[in-house]
Amino acid sequence: MKKNNLILYGVLLVLGLTAPFLFPAFKVQISFMLILIILAMTWDVQGGQMGYNSFGNILFFGIGMYLCASIQIGMFFPLAEWTESGGEKTFLHTPTQYFQGLAVGLVFAAIVPAIVAALIGYGILGLRGHYFAICTLGLGIAAGEIAGGIELIGAGQGMTTPPWPKGIGDTELRAEFFYYICFALLIATFSFLNWAYKKRFGLVLNAIRDNEDKAEAMGIHTMRYKIVGWVVSAFFVGLAGGLVGNIVGYIEPIEVAFDGREMGVFMVLMAILGGKGTLWGPVIGASAFHIFKEGFWTFFLGWQYVALGFLIVVIVVFFPEGFMGWLREKYPERFGEVIDEADRKAQVELK
Amino acid sequence: MDYLIFKAPILMVQASMDGILLGILFALIAYGMALQWGVMNIINIAQGDLVIMGGYIAYFMYVAGIHPAFGIIVSPIIMYFVGWGLYKLVINKVVDRDLFISILATFGISILMQQLMNFVFGADVVVAQSNFGTTMLFDNSVTLPNSKIFSAIVSVVFAIFLIIYMKRSKLGRAIRATAQNARAAKILGVDTEKVYAATFGINAALCGVAGALIAITFTLHPYVGLPYTVRSFMIVIIAGLGNLPGVALSGMGLGVFEEFADYILGTEFRIGAVFMLLVFILVYRRFKLSRKREYLK
Repeated sequence: MKKNNLILYGVLLVLGLTAPFLFPAFKVQISFMLILIILAMTWDVQGGQMGYNSFGNILFFGIGMYLCASIQIGMFFPLAEWTESGGEKTFLHTPTQYFQGLAVGLVFAAIVPAIVAALIGYGILGLRGHYFAICTLGLGIAAGEIAGGIELIGAGQGMTTPPWPKGIGDTELRAEFFYYICFALLIATFSFLNWAYKKRFGLVLNAIRDNEDKAEAMGIHTMRYKIVGWVVSAFFVGLAGGLVGNIVGYIEPIEVAFDGREMGVFMVLMAILGGKGTLWGPVIGASAFHIFKEGFWTFFLGWQYVALGFLIVVIVVFFPEGFMGWLREKYPERFGEVIDEADRKAQVELK
Repeated sequence: MDYLIFKAPILMVQASMDGILLGILFALIAYGMALQWGVMNIINIAQGDLVIMGGYIAYFMYVAGIHPAFGIIVSPIIMYFVGWGLYKLVINKVVDRDLFISILATFGISILMQQLMNFVFGADVVVAQSNFGTTMLFDNSVTLPNSKIFSAIVSVVFAIFLIIYMKRSKLGRAIRATAQNARAAKILGVDTEKVYAATFGINAALCGVAGALIAITFTLHPYVGLPYTVRSFMIVIIAGLGNLPGVALSGMGLGVFEEFADYILGTEFRIGAVFMLLVFILVYRRFKLSRKREYLK
């Protein structure tokens, strides 16, 4: 079992490292797939492991995106003039400035959403069930509406992120550069969660999902763990947001940054499709969803969102256990569950 | 304080009147939400989209040359069957499941309906002119469109009609019995499946009335459904389930809050203010409840 795992990780790592050269035309698409996997995995910390179904993780995505871009620009040029000039770029970053700005921007894009999550966590994570779901939904949309009213970051018009500096390669290099950053971020997210789920942290999260009051009665400070879980999600989602802002090159409050209608729903949908509450489920779900989306979206010709709504209803109503849940039902032995055949037969007869 | 509303206090009267009339309309939508929440234990994210759909029915009557006020009769009849169909297709599969499943499923329905309306009715902002004129108060310094007054009166009439129906009719009694205890109601011979379908249909019909009223008083757009859902959710959690005067009062309060937010923060922050209020109310409620829990210890 261990050996198989090592081979699997090795194959995936090699595949990930060589992907930009294997599929040179799809570099940006694959980067997006990696980002979606990160979003689904971090959503699963709340939705799957902890049983807190959040629609609001998009908040951290948007904060990270705006903050990263603002710092990248603001470190060297006046931000207000930049956003005011809109598409016409009057300022140009030199390569050193660009990479310095990106590094500092990404650091802040990770830390500030984490701090925000810690600050609002005590109030919001005290809500249970559907109150939490609707509250986070409101949070994400409110953030989008408020960002759409702030002039400094371009209000409803949006703002552009710094273009790739001239003199160090073309757009191909840019795509490869961001691909590898995304890949590194995915590996970091995956290994961190893989490690954390095996520790006491993962067990406590599952205890909160199964019965929070009982967990509290047994002396676990559930609130602390819930907040830490949210901070972890916010950290990685914020980083992902900062990267997406740079890959897309343009930030708009409702369609790109606080995109509850697309990204915010996608992350929930992908985690459910793959099987929530498992480590690999969100990875499989996000990959399958993205490949399906990129492969077949164009056939819907403007009916994409209709198809999306339909897909949500079908997946949620008829396939709520997801792919991993289905596998578990089919091959319980692989998941380390022992089935008593006689008992199973008896149950079938009872039906 | 250089806000316009503090310089000219008469605007406060204007905002309050507008807010109260608007809030009565919100309360009607919230009543439907409380109904299905109480009976079926479902939070319907597509509530606002049902409202907008009802509004488009009235709008198309206006386009066809019929006075849009008749929409308050036609729209609920059509919407009843829309709601009934939705129940039979999707909702009946999520009724007794995890609450999150129903939230997500209705979220999917909401996206589906938004997009279908976008295709069928177009993405333009439309309004159905009622030509009811306006009423002037206080030396012409406060203007109230008669359509708003009309919409408030119609909302109240429909709400009273529904309350009587719930109290007196056989179906109403069956609905209330199911809300109290679905299992016991089933044992006593209530066809709960039918009751659920009827409840969802009645809710959709209420949304249809509200939508038709919104079509003549405000504007319609395929994507503005979600704020109505959030408003009605907010009203229900402030008032509590089954507290009808509370629903009416908190609806009006929300309407007044919105109008004042509109004047003070600016129109671009209006929806943002509504959503922020939702977050504040939920968090406030959580702290209040947690204090109660500590006493119990």
